[in-house]
Amino acid sequence: MDSTQHISVRNLNIHIGKNHILKNINLDIPKNKLTSVIGPSGCGKSTLLRTFNRLLERTEGVLIEGEVLLNGENIYGMHADVTQIRQKMGLLSQRPFPLPMSIADNIVYGPKLQRFIRRKKQKELVERYLKATHLWEEVKDRLHTPASGLSIGQQQRLCLARGLAVNPEIILGDEPTSALDPISSQRIEELFMQLKNNYTIVLVTHILRQAKRISDYVVFMYLGEVIESGPAEELFLNPKQSLTKEYMKGEIS
Amino acid sequence: MKFLQKAEEIFFRVLMIIASLVVMGSLGSLLLTVLSRGLPYLDWNMISNVPHGGFYIGREGGILNAIVGSLYISGGATLLGLLASIPVVLFMNVYLKKNSWVAHTLRLFADILFGIPSIVYGAFGFTIMVFFGLKTSLLAGMITVALLITPILIRAMDEVVKMTSQELPEAVLSLGATQWETSKVVLRQAAPGLFIALLISFGRAIGDAASVLFTAGYTDAIPTSLSEPAATLPLAIFFQLSSPIPEVQGRAYASALILTMIILLISLVARFIRKKFLKNIA
Repeated sequence: MDSTQHISVRNLNIHIGKNHILKNINLDIPKNKLTSVIGPSGCGKSTLLRTFNRLLERTEGVLIEGEVLLNGENIYGMHADVTQIRQKMGLLSQRPFPLPMSIADNIVYGPKLQRFIRRKKQKELVERYLKATHLWEEVKDRLHTPASGLSIGQQQRLCLARGLAVNPEIILGDEPTSALDPISSQRIEELFMQLKNNYTIVLVTHILRQAKRISDYVVFMYLGEVIESGPAEELFLNPKQSLTKEYMKGEIS
Repeated sequence: MKFLQKAEEIFFRVLMIIASLVVMGSLGSLLLTVLSRGLPYLDWNMISNVPHGGFYIGREGGILNAIVGSLYISGGATLLGLLASIPVVLFMNVYLKKNSWVAHTLRLFADILFGIPSIVYGAFGFTIMVFFGLKTSLLAGMITVALLITPILIRAMDEVVKMTSQELPEAVLSLGATQWETSKVVLRQAAPGLFIALLISFGRAIGDAASVLFTAGYTDAIPTSLSEPAATLPLAIFFQLSSPIPEVQGRAYASALILTMIILLISLVARFIRKKFLKNIA
């Protein structure tokens, strides 16, 4: 197995009730690159993302067949520890959900689940991760006020910072800019561009231009199947499949 | 067309205003009745004394026994109800899967229990007591009232927790939290709403007569242990109101006034606490 593959999906089939949501998915997500998953709504791209951090199984009637390998180990294997798997993947959802506590406590919540952290170290963590998401200057005077007081765009960056604080290997983004204004969206995109040198990023998006701007690799899905995947330039300039071409031209959506 | 739309608009607007007036009017006239008939009989003796001999034919005494008994029973029942309902609510919302049939069934059961009249709870509590050979007591009253308010607590808190969003648990789980750690965050997020649910249940508990009729009993003394019977305000009102003596009937209204004021006081204190301490959370 190629060591540069961070997540590998092998013969993955997902059924929810009677619906066959994902059909025989085979996919490799390269390490420390940004991979975008694009496709029309309802094509299963969010479902795919939710199989990576095992949130999908929280839905009733889900049947998961096949393998998802994280660093070569099946996360659906017998000895897989679900909390450990989730720690390795930060999740950024469509709308930000700050925890019902102060800005600072939002950052240290994740690390504190794993170990005891001294106050001084906590302060360092807060500063480091707020700086990493360029939020520090905006909030350094109100670290102990409720996180719900931030703007939506700031909340999304706080959620990113909160996810980074648990030291993940992977960042999963489920249309993380869809609820944000253009400037906030741009900031998230810029952050992704910086973070992709150190993290593997999987970004589900329905904004084609966003995928073009920031992706290294692109996966195109349609009706529960992976139609085409590959390096971004190749896929955008020279799609091999006719479905991909049609989608790029806006003929199917 | 324009005219019709306008007429429609006005018609429904007037309808809503009338309905609101009916609601406010009935509460207002109820309070007015209790105040006008009870206030003349309300004095410090009513609140600070237990009934002395001949109290129920118009002689000396007060209803301290019922005030204390009601507070004991409702307080204990609310506590027991919380112990039973919080785990159920967390189980339905954090531990079980989305659209789980177990959660659906639990909600259905809670809804059915919600609709059962309190006299049935009273009779049920009494049957259990007879089975175990227990006498009417504070504890039996607490347990029966707890049974009565648990479904109310479950449904009210369930709505609150559901409203706080389905995605918060996912956000917390994604940080590598266990389900129990996630539950704590969910509780925190829902705290202000849970507090209101708690109050509604307490109000229901302190105002219910039928469930304590057979189970807590009635006594003129203030209970000093869980195994002694306890008086309650609704029953005190009931007994006094059924008397033909005007003096005693007046005291019934004074007792109702006390009950109303307790509920009012608790609501005000709760609002204060909520404003002061819980605003940081949501």
